[in-house]
Amino acid sequence: MITQLANLGARSIFFIEEVGRVAYFGGQILVAAAKRPIRARRFVDEVFRLGVLSLIIICVCGLAVGAVLGLQGYNTLERFGATDSLGTVVGLSLIRELGPVLTALLTTGRAGSATTAEIGTMAATEQLDGLRMMSINPIHYVVMPKAFAMVFVMPLLSALFIVCGIAGGYLVGVFWGIDPGSYMTGLESAVTFQDDILGSFLKSLIFGILVGLISTYRGYSSEPTSAGVSAATTTTVVEASVVILIFDYFITALWGV
Amino acid sequence: MTDNGAEPSDHLRLDQVSMKFGQRTVFENLSFSLPPGEISVIIGGSGSGKSTVLRLIGGLVSPQSGRIVVEGQDISLAGNDVLETARNKIGMLFQGGALLDSLTVFENLALPLREHTDLDDESIATEVHDRLDAVGLSGIDDLLPNQLSGGMRKRVALARAIIRKPSILLCDEPFSGLDPISTRKVEALLVDINRRRGITIVVVSHHVASTMRMASQIVVLLPDGLVVGSPQELQNHNDPRVKAFLTADRDQPSEMVEEVEVLPSGRRT
Ligand SMILES: Nc1ncnc2c1ncn2[C@@H]1O[C@H](COP(=O)(O)OP(=O)(O)O)[C@@H](O)[C@H]1O
Ligand SMILES: [Mg+2]
Repeated sequence: MITQLANLGARSIFFIEEVGRVAYFGGQILVAAAKRPIRARRFVDEVFRLGVLSLIIICVCGLAVGAVLGLQGYNTLERFGATDSLGTVVGLSLIRELGPVLTALLTTGRAGSATTAEIGTMAATEQLDGLRMMSINPIHYVVMPKAFAMVFVMPLLSALFIVCGIAGGYLVGVFWGIDPGSYMTGLESAVTFQDDILGSFLKSLIFGILVGLISTYRGYSSEPTSAGVSAATTTTVVEASVVILIFDYFITALWGV
Repeated sequence: MTDNGAEPSDHLRLDQVSMKFGQRTVFENLSFSLPPGEISVIIGGSGSGKSTVLRLIGGLVSPQSGRIVVEGQDISLAGNDVLETARNKIGMLFQGGALLDSLTVFENLALPLREHTDLDDESIATEVHDRLDAVGLSGIDDLLPNQLSGGMRKRVALARAIIRKPSILLCDEPFSGLDPISTRKVEALLVDINRRRGITIVVVSHHVASTMRMASQIVVLLPDGLVVGSPQELQNHNDPRVKAFLTADRDQPSEMVEEVEVLPSGRRT
């Protein structure tokens, strides 16, 4: 019993230390961001790479999720004779919840893990030390553009996911014979900019910060061995996924998004 | 004190340096100085801390105690700003080359110039090709590091290490993984760089034959201290472990060498 308590205590301390280290790392990224040069070129390259990595998976999954929502929604609404509201149901679930969350989870698995693996490999092959020896700060040159790119692409990918999802729901709905016009007008009249769109954007922005921070931190602090890099990659996926879902709950509870 | 090498021994000196990673002590109270403008070779069993010595000089790791003097300046406790200035005078050739694998050969060499000078593109290209010439390479500007052979990668890395005209060049096992011909080539390049540019070169090596040929000073890292001397002095040294290193099979690290290894071998050897 005592040892279990001690264990718990040790784990909590380790957890808090780890959170502190991640926060400090985030601080270093912000400090680096204030320095010249601004690395615009590297940032654009990273945005492009992350986009290329994630584009197809986001579109396909968005369509599939939208189609499922359409099917489930149609079956449920039919019981109340309210199939005209299908657009509202599909749209609001995607915008407020599924779009940001699923995009963040997918991006974590695809681009977040790639980011960790890449930075970890650079550490293991002494490329980061090589930069240091050339008086180039690796956080400034490598980490910062990757982290900011992740923050930047997340809302865009989420928007893309939502659009694809709405299209998927539309296809299913129309196939089952609901009026195409009412799908869209229902959607339009139900969605408000302030609550839904802005809230959705905010959510995915926060998820972008989380995934960007965790994936770069895990890569940067990984053991400089191939086993270390692969462990760090797994950790990124697990940690980021859990953190995304926990934050999702609190954002929804606190801001009602 | 911070002036450029008033004392020759202040050019590059370790003073009572102790280094630990966690519980593991790599060495304690290590002191030696390396002569300016000469080639020094550090040898020792794997895990004896050879790479760590180079990383200490480069300020990539900090010692628990002791002073590390580079060009008259103690960098052992220095902050980032001081380190960056110190590193302007140091070039480092890492064991695996450490070229950025997302950049072409040309961009790898151009990077330090783009970062730290105001040179225009034309002057950068001139400098880059000058250094590539110096290591006997041309026409590989647009290749990526993973398209190069091991020997070429080392030479490109060497070119990058000297592109900022350092006064000190640190080389971690420049011959490891190279065939005999590439080994001779890299050795000749190091000697050439040393002669022509007067750069102090510190080489970590297992390679006994080339060590005896090019070193003007040899530092042997032993588990309980170190032995410093010229190749001639060390060949007649009466410590059997030193003899074991220097009379080992001239092109291979021999079993004798491995026997000297006392510390558990590290991740990077
Ligand atoms: N970053 C590190 N963390 C923990 N231990 C390290 C680290 N770097 C080196 N070591 C340990 O220090 C010792 C010396 O390593 P190193 O200097 O790489 O030896 P070598 O002489 O083979 O180059 C080894 O036992 C190694 O495990
Ligand atoms: Mg080594």
